[in-house]
Amino acid sequence: MSRIAPALTPTLAAALVLMCAPARAAWDLNLPPPVTPMAAQILDLHNLILWICVVIFIGVFGVMFYSTFAHRKSRGHRAAQFSHNTRLEILWSVIPAVILVVMAVPSTLTLIEMEDTTRSDLSVKITGYQWFWEYEYMDSGYSFYSRLSTPREQIENRAAKGEHYLLEVDNELVLPVGKKVRFVLTANDVIHAWWVPKLGIKKDAIPGYVSEMWAVIEKEGVYRGQCAELCGKDHGFMPIVVRAVPAAEFEAWLGERAASAANITETVTLDPGATVSDVDPTVTVGG
Amino acid sequence: MSAAGHYYVPHSSHWPIVATVGLFSMGLGFAMTLHHLAAGPWLMGAAGGVLVFMMFGWFGAVIGESEGGHYNRDVDMSFRMCMGWFIFSEVMFFGAFFGALFYARALAVPWLADNDLLWFGYEGGWPTAGPGGEEFIGADRADVAPGQFSTIGAWGIPLLNTALLLASSVTVTIAHWALQNNQRGKLLFWLAVTVLLGALFLFYQAVEYVHAYSELGLTLGTGVYGATFFMLTGFHGLHVTIGAVILFIIWLRCLRGHFKPDHHFAFEAGAWYWHFVDTVWVGLFIFVYVL
Amino acid sequence: MASIDTTVSHDNHAQPYGIMRWLTTTNHKDIGTMYLVFSLLMLLVGGLMALLIRAELFEPGLQVLDPARFNQMTTMHALVMIFGAVMPGFVGFANWQVPLMIGAPDMALPRLNNFSFWILPFAFTLLLGSLLTADGGPASGWTLYAPLSVQGGMGVDMTIFAIHMMGVSSILGAINIIVTIFNLRAPGMTLMKMPLFVWTWLITAFLLIAVMPVLAGAVTMLLTDRHFGTAFFDPGGGGDPVMFQHIFWFFGHPEVYIMILPAFGIISQIIPTFARKPLFGYDSMVFATAAIAFLSFAVWAHHMFTVGMPLAGELYFMYATMLIAVPTGVKIFNWVATMWRGAMTFETPMLFAVSVVFLFTIGGLSGLMLAIVPADFQYHDTYFVVAHFHYVLFSGAVMAMMGGAYYWLPKWTGHRYNETLGKWHFWLTAVFFNITFFPQHFLGLAGMPRRIPDYALQFTEFNMVSTIGAFGLGIAQLLFVYIVVRCIMGGARADARVWEGAEGLEWTLPSPPPAHTFTTPPKIA
Ligand code: HEA
Ligand code: HEA
Ligand code: CUA
Ligand SMILES: [Cu+2]
Repeated sequence: MSRIAPALTPTLAAALVLMCAPARAAWDLNLPPPVTPMAAQILDLHNLILWICVVIFIGVFGVMFYSTFAHRKSRGHRAAQFSHNTRLEILWSVIPAVILVVMAVPSTLTLIEMEDTTRSDLSVKITGYQWFWEYEYMDSGYSFYSRLSTPREQIENRAAKGEHYLLEVDNELVLPVGKKVRFVLTANDVIHAWWVPKLGIKKDAIPGYVSEMWAVIEKEGVYRGQCAELCGKDHGFMPIVVRAVPAAEFEAWLGERAASAANITETVTLDPGATVSDVDPTVTVGG
Repeated sequence: MSAAGHYYVPHSSHWPIVATVGLFSMGLGFAMTLHHLAAGPWLMGAAGGVLVFMMFGWFGAVIGESEGGHYNRDVDMSFRMCMGWFIFSEVMFFGAFFGALFYARALAVPWLADNDLLWFGYEGGWPTAGPGGEEFIGADRADVAPGQFSTIGAWGIPLLNTALLLASSVTVTIAHWALQNNQRGKLLFWLAVTVLLGALFLFYQAVEYVHAYSELGLTLGTGVYGATFFMLTGFHGLHVTIGAVILFIIWLRCLRGHFKPDHHFAFEAGAWYWHFVDTVWVGLFIFVYVL
Repeated sequence: MASIDTTVSHDNHAQPYGIMRWLTTTNHKDIGTMYLVFSLLMLLVGGLMALLIRAELFEPGLQVLDPARFNQMTTMHALVMIFGAVMPGFVGFANWQVPLMIGAPDMALPRLNNFSFWILPFAFTLLLGSLLTADGGPASGWTLYAPLSVQGGMGVDMTIFAIHMMGVSSILGAINIIVTIFNLRAPGMTLMKMPLFVWTWLITAFLLIAVMPVLAGAVTMLLTDRHFGTAFFDPGGGGDPVMFQHIFWFFGHPEVYIMILPAFGIISQIIPTFARKPLFGYDSMVFATAAIAFLSFAVWAHHMFTVGMPLAGELYFMYATMLIAVPTGVKIFNWVATMWRGAMTFETPMLFAVSVVFLFTIGGLSGLMLAIVPADFQYHDTYFVVAHFHYVLFSGAVMAMMGGAYYWLPKWTGHRYNETLGKWHFWLTAVFFNITFFPQHFLGLAGMPRRIPDYALQFTEFNMVSTIGAFGLGIAQLLFVYIVVRCIMGGARADARVWEGAEGLEWTLPSPPPAHTFTTPPKIA
């Protein structure tokens, strides 16, 4: 019996897993394709570190598995009795240290660049609330709220789920392509985090404090993300949608919105107890 | 009776489980009290009773064994190490609050002061009740302007209290010498002085708190200054109280003729604890009051 | 050094029996057993919560738990596993093994030992009881970040007091272990002759005493912010929510090494036994353990790279964190070198030990990736992190404990467990563990945040795989319970020296050892 355990279990398990593989499968194995230079750098860095780790791993466990097969008692191997080898021990402390330095250099360079929020073309203030976002174009003062727009029925399995289930909002954040956008983050109640994977930026929005980050979006498109810090009941239901458009189109859009917003007085009350389901997503300023 | 070479292993004891029930009831009772459940305070009271009962019982058993001559040098050494590491854990507990003080002063407040987007006009500095200070202080007090409070000067009562505690560290050491030289009368006198100095310290601390609350507008709710001030001095005061109670009980035991010149770990443990409390105070005096 | 004196108990009554025996016992073997049973129970409770989480995450949409309950389950799962399963489990091993390995008559402070244990069931009653309150249990994750944890009802306060109690338990337990090791070693058992398990526990105990009080301080500040008007974490009062994180992680990072160092110790006992070869690089093992512990105090903010620290802070914490790979690597290499040219057999304990080395390293390497700040901006708070820490926690800490249990069960019970079933348990666990958690790396990279009850459609496939794995893993653990219970009830008799290659004082005693062992200290050459 004990002989078949090693062979049988993986087979069984694989069969189980395959049985459930659905028709339309998304088996993505790596970070999503980047659309900003920093996200691209992160992806490169990630790949570099990952492959170094894989090589180390294969090296170390190649040796170990060779040993577990070759140095078995059942194959008549007799145990050697050595227990020290100073030269070896120094070597395997120094080599990892060197590898670490190799990793640290590109990481440091990328980080320094990422933290440099100066010389931006425009600034957007992002405020996290339980459980939605507020965006303010700081130069024009135009602001609006952005909430989940997935209907409750889909979440409660009473309706078929749409393509962008849980990753869709009533008011998207519109940004210009090719400009350095500085984000200024804060929050109103608890800590949230603003994250759009393809832009390669994530930062906490902390009540009473501001943090900053930046992005230059190089490709037009719609980019989706989510709140990435546990912020209470509906943490899983405060998505982020960024629409990147050509600069001219952006200017036109912003001008029009800012003008019409000036005529509307804000009527939204922020009920702290409000949740996805009971805030009417249509009652937002500028929506 | 045991010879010097025997390590004493007690058979079994019901005191730990009594202690646990006490702790559990205290926690549950406190949580209930905080949420205004009527049974809460009763449960806490009962738990307090259980804990006091347990301490008499448990420590009584240990004292009985000790006086009965069951403890050899190794047991004594175990107790010593135990007390030493326990005090280390206490140091780390205070460390958390000192850490909060340093962090708030050195980082958080300056960041808030620099933050013109959210807290325009807030200057920072120390002491401070924070940029939203008005919500905290003086809201219901006519004589204190919003956002205003005063701190307790270092060179009045705090300095006096420093002197009291430092003196008490000396007196407890004198008492220790007396014990080692088998001078009972001297021992009782100087130990009593130590306890009294501790009590005096607590008295002045209470005066200071009343002054802070009633005249200075300085309360637990006075922003991060009030929070760190009262939590640090408050926990210290609690430890002085515990230390004084320990020393008082030691004094009673001395009265009964307990302890030998070369065998008096309980006395030393009390004294160590007292020195520790004293050292923490010096830290407090410097970082909370003077600087 | 002393022989042992049990002539007088404080009340001079006869030994109690029945439940009172367990409630009042001062014997390190009894207490060790209770710790281990408690730990296993908590593994099942925490595992059941994990299964609820995984059931909810089987497919998109809300099915099993509403979002509030889901958050409570996540929080509770972690608290139960960390403070209920892993830490008490290791203390149980220490209780049984430390006195046996250093030739001591018992733990140094037996009554305190009883207290340390019995706090736990009560603390967990308080903790789990919070789920029954009107507003439910804590829902802010096990990290209890303010100001989210300032919200919430009585359950949060019960959690705070439960944590205080667990802190008392851990601190007293750790003090006891340190004192035992320093004070009760048999003559000739010098520090550098101690088995590595004893060494790792000595250092772990130091870490515990150093950081549990800090956690107590953190939750105390939380309590006063919640109820007594302090402003530690309130920016309006000049406080800072991030300050909570600093204090928490000053505890939290050493805490993760508290959960792995004793596992390293167990592995370091098992591998030489089944390789029939002395541990390679004993001195450097000791040194590396100390180095890991030392560094663990200086890297805490790597959990907080996204809070917007100054650049210098981020760089410092990145470098310091990366540095831990060096001493940890030394350990891995030493284990491999111990196996090298040994004469290996693969009984269940060895299977677990080898797979811990292998799987822990996966978790360690993903930890190293997390330390790279720019990349961590992508990984942080995603399932990549969840995958990382289950590799170090489950396949590091928990599987090491299982290996240790198989290794010492024959010694403790006097019976051999069923080797065939043991191997089955191992293979099921190892395989289903990987099915559960390996896909979570991909989920994290693809952008799935952690702590969400519902997710976008592109995450469905891997979540299904993970859930299936989790249920398989759960069933495998029921087999473990069966094997352990069977072994306690009976089975082939075990000799004193259970394993052919086993070295050390505990193997000189009969299996099972009598209630009082080393009543006069053994001589160590
Ligand atoms: C037992 C528990 C345990 C252990 C041992 C570790 C070990 C490590 N952890 Fe992990 N960690 C956790 C438990 C643990 N962690 C938990 C619970 C969390 C999440 C908490 C929460 O948020 O809820 C976490 C989160 C966490 C983060 C935060 C992620 C985030 O939230 O964004 C980071 C970041 O740096 C990190 C890093 C590391 C590193 C560098 C190690 C190192 O110690 C690993 C060292 C080991 C190796 C590197 C492998 C072996 C070495 C070699 C083979 C040598 C050669 C290698 C090289 C030269 C690369 N961990
Ligand atoms: C030592 C620690 C430890 C251990 C052992 C585990 C074990 C497991 N964990 Fe745990 N986990 C954490 C520590 C641990 N975890 C931490 C710290 C977090 C972070 C929490 C936070 O975000 O705050 C976390 C979070 C976490 C999440 C993310 C939740 C979220 O972000 O919302 C998930 C999801 O898959 C998960 C799954 C599992 C699974 C499937 C197991 C399995 O290995 C469990 C296997 C065991 C069993 C399944 C039990 C035995 C079987 C039964 C009981 C069967 C039923 C029996 C009967 C009905 C009779 N864990
Ligand atoms: Cu907002 Cu999570
Ligand atoms: Cu860490």
